[in-house]
Amino acid sequence: MEEEKKFEPKIAAFVCNWCTYTGADLAGTSRLKYATNIKMIRVPCTGRIDPVFIIKAFEKGADGVLISGCHPNDCHYNTGNFHARRRWILFRQLLDFIGIDSSRLHFSWVSASEGKKFVDVVTEVTNTIKEKGPFEKYAKINEEFVIHE
Amino acid sequence: MNELREKAKELLNAGTVKVIIGYSEGTTPNRTKPFIVRTIEDADKLVFNKFCVNNLAMYLTRKEYKNKGTIGIVAKGCDVKAIVQLIQENQVNKDDVYIIGMNCSGVVSELGEEFSAETIATKCLHCSVRTPHLHHTLIGALEDLPQREDKNFAAMQKLEAMTPEEKWDFWEAEFKRCVKCYACRQACPLCYCERCIADKTIPRWIESSAHTRGNFSWNIIRAFHLAGRCIGCNECERACPAEIPLSLLNRKMGMVAKKEFDYTAGIGLDTPTLVGTYNVKDNEDFIK
Repeated sequence: MEEEKKFEPKIAAFVCNWCTYTGADLAGTSRLKYATNIKMIRVPCTGRIDPVFIIKAFEKGADGVLISGCHPNDCHYNTGNFHARRRWILFRQLLDFIGIDSSRLHFSWVSASEGKKFVDVVTEVTNTIKEKGPFEKYAKINEEFVIHE
Repeated sequence: MNELREKAKELLNAGTVKVIIGYSEGTTPNRTKPFIVRTIEDADKLVFNKFCVNNLAMYLTRKEYKNKGTIGIVAKGCDVKAIVQLIQENQVNKDDVYIIGMNCSGVVSELGEEFSAETIATKCLHCSVRTPHLHHTLIGALEDLPQREDKNFAAMQKLEAMTPEEKWDFWEAEFKRCVKCYACRQACPLCYCERCIADKTIPRWIESSAHTRGNFSWNIIRAFHLAGRCIGCNECERACPAEIPLSLLNRKMGMVAKKEFDYTAGIGLDTPTLVGTYNVKDNEDFIK
């Protein structure tokens, strides 16, 4: 009997070059294992993450999005993550109001030395989104759309 | 009305302002339209009444008027909020605008309607600036403001109580009708970017076709770009041919700004803008 196909979510992760990306690197060099559902996109700073990136990720079929950067006061550019945080506070509540709740959009601070924390965050996020299931609502409007690219 | 016309003539005569942006009579008695006063004779066409709905602050950032000397503007309290926000964002020079503040006792929600407690605009129900908080001259007297139930707020509470799936379905049904005419953007006094993100093609972040998918990104991004900036004049919703309840989105973001940062757009002339600054103590309980 054919085994039922398990849902493997696609998760886009926008991570900052200086902390989380390096943290993920550390997780790799430390031979820690984490879910392969995460597709990482490296940006210079969390302040670089425009909310359209998040929308685009969902549009292109992501079931969830993770955004991660330096801890407050640790930012390579001093204030990038503070500006970003203020935007997230507004943006996540807007998405919640639209119908994309916080189980699909995750935020974390992971420093370059926190390889273990990165693994924990990725595992937690993946599990949450697995539980939530595929983002069918967006997939449905995608199906209606004929792309001429 | 005479007071307004006299003042306009006085300002033009003295050369204080080059033009005055105001209202003139519309095609029917219960309509008005934006009107630019350039000559003294024109000043006699100025009106101000319950049908002066438009937010004229929108014209201040248009290139026909921007940096062209001092502009006079006939403004209600809500319009002054937009002007203050524009000054805060360095889009309008404080000394380049002469505000003829109008004491306001409410306007209709839609042009063509008679003014009554039923048709008063939602924004007027909770108005805190019936006497404009920034003005160079003040005209008119305050009358009683008719009160009615705030249906818009009731709709918002109903929406907030829904599950994410229900919320999505609600907005999908609304955004489906969007034809991407960008009237919301054109009517908005605070959408002044010369090049909007929706017009950028490389890369194209917001799909230009009027399909539900691109409509979602457009409406989400529009609301986000106005978060903590929208002064609630509701011109976008009035301009929308598809009758999408944009005020719900804008009002929600206003409420979030109030709750999280105790910030109201368009009030403090010298306070920094909401997203142009930060506080190290900002809430981060949602961040792992």
